[in-house]
Amino acid sequence: MDVELRGITKRFGAVVANDNVNMVIRGGEVLGLLGENGAGKSTMMNILSGLYSPDEGEILIDGKPVSFDGPGDGIAAGIGMVHQHFMLVPVFTVAENVVLGVEPTKRLGYLDLKKARAQVDEINKKYGLHVPADALIEDLPVGIQQRVEILKVLFREADVLILDEPTAVLTPQEVEDFFSIVRSLKEAGKAIVFITHKLHEILAISDRINVLRQGRITGEGVPESLDEAKLAEMMVGRPVSFTVDKTEANPGRAMLEMTDVIMLDDADERLLDKVSLTVHSGEVVGVAGVQGNGQTELVEAITGLERVASGKIIFDGEDITHASVRERHSRGMAHIPEDRHRDGMISTFTIAENMVLNSYYEPAFARGMAIDWASVQKTAAKYCVDFDVRTPSVFLPAGNLSGGNQQKMVVARELERQTKLVIASQPTRGLDVGSIEYIHARLIEARDEGDGVLIVSSELDEIMGLADRILVMFDGRIVAEFDNTGGKADRNAVGLAMAGAHEGAAA
Amino acid sequence: MMDGKDLKHVNEDMRKLLARAAFGRGDFEDLFVVPVFAVVAALVLGAVIMLATGVDLPTIGQSFVALAVGSFGSLNAVSETLTAAIPLVLAGLGLGLGFRAGLFNIGAEGQLLLGGTAAVIFTFSFPSLPFPVLMIFGLLAGALVGAAYASIAGILKATTGAHEVISTIMLNLISFRLLEYILRQPYIQREGRSDPISKSVPEAGQLPRLLDWFDPNLRLHAGVFVMLLAVVFVWWLLFRSKIGFAFRASGANPDAARYAGMRSGLVIVAAMATAGALAGLAGASQVQGVLGRASPGFSAQMGFDAIALALLGRSHPVGILFAGILFGGLEAGGRQMQVDAGVSIDLIGIIQALIIVFIAAPLLVRAIFPWGFRKETKGGKA
Repeated sequence: MDVELRGITKRFGAVVANDNVNMVIRGGEVLGLLGENGAGKSTMMNILSGLYSPDEGEILIDGKPVSFDGPGDGIAAGIGMVHQHFMLVPVFTVAENVVLGVEPTKRLGYLDLKKARAQVDEINKKYGLHVPADALIEDLPVGIQQRVEILKVLFREADVLILDEPTAVLTPQEVEDFFSIVRSLKEAGKAIVFITHKLHEILAISDRINVLRQGRITGEGVPESLDEAKLAEMMVGRPVSFTVDKTEANPGRAMLEMTDVIMLDDADERLLDKVSLTVHSGEVVGVAGVQGNGQTELVEAITGLERVASGKIIFDGEDITHASVRERHSRGMAHIPEDRHRDGMISTFTIAENMVLNSYYEPAFARGMAIDWASVQKTAAKYCVDFDVRTPSVFLPAGNLSGGNQQKMVVARELERQTKLVIASQPTRGLDVGSIEYIHARLIEARDEGDGVLIVSSELDEIMGLADRILVMFDGRIVAEFDNTGGKADRNAVGLAMAGAHEGAAA
Repeated sequence: MMDGKDLKHVNEDMRKLLARAAFGRGDFEDLFVVPVFAVVAALVLGAVIMLATGVDLPTIGQSFVALAVGSFGSLNAVSETLTAAIPLVLAGLGLGLGFRAGLFNIGAEGQLLLGGTAAVIFTFSFPSLPFPVLMIFGLLAGALVGAAYASIAGILKATTGAHEVISTIMLNLISFRLLEYILRQPYIQREGRSDPISKSVPEAGQLPRLLDWFDPNLRLHAGVFVMLLAVVFVWWLLFRSKIGFAFRASGANPDAARYAGMRSGLVIVAAMATAGALAGLAGASQVQGVLGRASPGFSAQMGFDAIALALLGRSHPVGILFAGILFGGLEAGGRQMQVDAGVSIDLIGIIQALIIVFIAAPLLVRAIFPWGFRKETKGGKA
């Protein structure tokens, strides 16, 4: 099935999300759709799947114009979307989730789960998905859950599959498996639209690539004639540097020393198992690891969000094991949280309010019991200028900002103060190359000013590029340490340690 | 890359960032048009209900005239409206503040009852104190007891996680029985009475009538100033003070507030205590300004009406003030309506409830009155 989008324009108020976009999607082909956050990729795909109707332009399926009036029409025409955020019922089995909404029934509406299971297994076999039909969703890893989403779309007999940033939640190994599924779908004649802002992935899997910037197609081509630098320039509109520009680290005194820190969960299982680490002034320490191996808990222990059961945490010479979040913060600890939407900002508050979320009580912003809003607003405007937060006004709700600008806002709030130690958790997750470049530069800048910097990231590339020293976490412990001066750490060795192969065992 | 910008440009950029957006049409619709239409729709539906219960058209007309006249049609009507609004607004302010902090406090009724009772007991216990001192101390006693009673729910939530909806409902029930018990104590019960009713507030403890020099029937009392002061205070507290910022942050996103180092337990207890103080003040102003004594159920459900009021006023102090005046007007006008047209005062309760339903469903209001609103473009983020 071939789909053509012709002259699509979509406006939201004064904002033009798509401006006269033309796009062709062919059966048996993977179309890579690349663009920064807010470039109009999602709007485009929501139009294709029938969720939005375009203001101008038309959609043609196999040469015939169609009009969609809701997402039901899209799926009926054979266009299915796999969303970035899964829409699955955790306590249902795979088969139940797949048939949800189109359940096969016997007489009197009796649910025919046996038939459902058979149908699921058939699709499973056909495309090599290997999803256990009877498993509960909540027991499955994220990578498998994603396949369930794909199963759902295939079950509804979609010929065009739109995959919206499918690799954002996957580990490198899972990405490989995922790509082989995409290839088998392609061989079966399906048309695939693969949306991402990761350059190497789009080059690896696409047959053709379209680049979207500010609602317009700014580049087209086949992977053979393109490379990452060219794609990035099409996407951002200027040349982008991929290597983090930094000099050799100049480590000074110990800023953070953790000794034998143990954190327990409700069932007294060890979330952190005797973790000891040191971060010096003037160095970047990267914590690598597959998600869920204690990195989140490590950050919670350092920043004071959760209590530790035993062990010691020293911050610039002082014992802060039992200090409050605010105390640690006011002593010069900056924290860029893992989940900026949930923990780092309040989307209904203005940008100015968000800029002082953890410093509003300080003398610079407070007069007696009151907050000096004029001073807050002036400071917020300065932060926005300094950190390139693109907004028309500091009085707008932070929720109005794009993801990259929200993160710059959080980073600005944390780094503009006098800091000694920066804890950055997934600092660039979900951001586009332009914002990533910017935030990396700022973190290195903090290091060069003498801060200790601890970066936790599940992106190995990010750790390899930023860190002077790499620690690997596995199962709540630090299992390996690598010197990465000049980027000399062995990527494979780090990867192996992440997978749980201890040095001792490997040797 | 920052070096390219000279200082002048930076200043220019900052000036732009600090320019306030004009008050948008959308804000105006949310804050004014929706409530006004909600009231209109509720009144119309009220008329339909009267029709359905066999009231004839002229009587319906007559009752709406009575409602208008009885609420704002004369000096006496305005005085009655404001008098009814005082405790509603005070309690509503406390509830609105709680909502902003993410606390759904159902306990205003109990806090109001105990606060009012405390004010009565305090004032008749120190009859020798001179006029403004006794009056002010009476109000303070009410606020303090209200705060203490509400703090129980706050402390329970902060330490054990007990949900405030459940605990405040239970505290209400406890307060009803507690009040009857207190009112039967010999020290408190009025001499020569067998029913639970307290001694009277001495003259020096009363909130003075403001207009009795003009007409002795005008009941408006100095509590109206307490109410206005409370509006300003709560506005300052929420939008200008440090603790208010923590209240709002904890209400809007408790996780982000915790990450920012705000202490959720402290916020919960402080917000509950402030809400309770305002409810207690509402009770105190009612006994010191209107009733002169405490009796079972003297609160007349005001603590519950105040919940609706706080919702109607969008938890904003000024909104709550207007909503309180509207509810006060409905109450005063409703009494007139009953007298003039013989329509049951229960209708006022129905109209109040309908207003809340419409306010809670702005989309419904927009659908009923499409010509009142600018057309909105559908869709989310690009």
